[in-house]
Amino acid sequence: MHELSVCQSLLTQVQTVARNNRATAVTEVHVSVGLLSGVEPPLLERAFRAARAGTVAANAELILTAPGIRVHCHLCAKETEVALPDLRCGACGHWQTRVLAGDELMLTSVALERPSNPPSTPHV
Amino acid sequence: MCETCGCNITPGNVSLAQQPVSAGQTTVEVLENLLHANDHAAGHNREHFERHGVLAVNLMSSPGSGKTALLEATIEALGERLRVAVIEGDLETENDAQRIRAKGVPAIQITTGTACHLDAHLVHDALHHLPLADLDVVFIENVGNLVCPASFDLGHHLSVTLLSVTEGDDKPAKYPVMFRGSDVVVVTKTDVAPYFEDFDTARVEAHVRALACEAPVLEASVRSPGGIDAWLDWLKTMRTRFAQGERFSGAIERNPPAHTHPHGHHHHHGHEHESR
Repeated sequence: MHELSVCQSLLTQVQTVARNNRATAVTEVHVSVGLLSGVEPPLLERAFRAARAGTVAANAELILTAPGIRVHCHLCAKETEVALPDLRCGACGHWQTRVLAGDELMLTSVALERPSNPPSTPHV
Repeated sequence: MCETCGCNITPGNVSLAQQPVSAGQTTVEVLENLLHANDHAAGHNREHFERHGVLAVNLMSSPGSGKTALLEATIEALGERLRVAVIEGDLETENDAQRIRAKGVPAIQITTGTACHLDAHLVHDALHHLPLADLDVVFIENVGNLVCPASFDLGHHLSVTLLSVTEGDDKPAKYPVMFRGSDVVVVTKTDVAPYFEDFDTARVEAHVRALACEAPVLEASVRSPGGIDAWLDWLKTMRTRFAQGERFSGAIERNPPAHTHPHGHHHHHGHEHESR
């Protein structure tokens, strides 16, 4: 259940963004969780509901996207979409491939509510 | 990734990131790896190890696959030739650290309570209790678990995944995130293989290759004469390559790749290191 550790890092980052932008509340937290990231979206959602309490994100919705796995083949140089537990090239079947997408675990964006005199540019 | 220099802004998101923001509801683009804090601490650990010429090896497996037994046998075999220390991770007890200390090498036990994995911060606390200047190799025996440890870079150089013959040869297919990051896969307890006829090391290797992983798959038995020779040869080879200046990254690089340009800002580490 390392999703709770992941969630605590997530909330630390969200709170930093909220503070830097003088937000009064966080309404949405967008996270990209690749199928190879080792994190299970339903567990992350459950951990988020527990961890957000008492923070500026207490009422925030967690919105997850799960990018598929794409690999680049070292032999035929094609890029193909593949599925676990087989990361071999989808075109020629060669096993030496490199994962291009699908292992992300990223906070992509945060939706905030701000008071009427905010700073002029957003701060990450 | 960086919070100050804007290097996480790419051609794909620049329009979003620089949108003028008005009062009320607004969206801020972040694009930060969720494990940024851990990965940063891991990089710091790796610097520590490298400053002292210490190779750090992360051992991972299910509980009971024989991580501690392999370490005991390794220390016995290499005791004179390599100066070794061990960081032990378990939920509870000092048992494993005591087993290692009984072999005459330093061992630091980390008890994680309920946590299912070690992280870079826990390892950092432990490595400050080790005489790094007097060591060649530090083994980090992770919490027995084929899931969670895979997500946390500890600052190690090499990942070793153990799989005992009693567990079945399809573990790499069942736990792909763990196995695909391995630098070597060690099939343990091969002395009892005659009782597990359906276990086939060739199938382990086929599953590992299907994960696009080049790790050699070695067999080991701590109960047979010469039973860990292949593992010892691998370890000595990697140690020699490390001593010759080759650097191993440990964890698999996550997408999108971390930027590598130098930062102007100072990273606060929260403590001073004594120079040894």
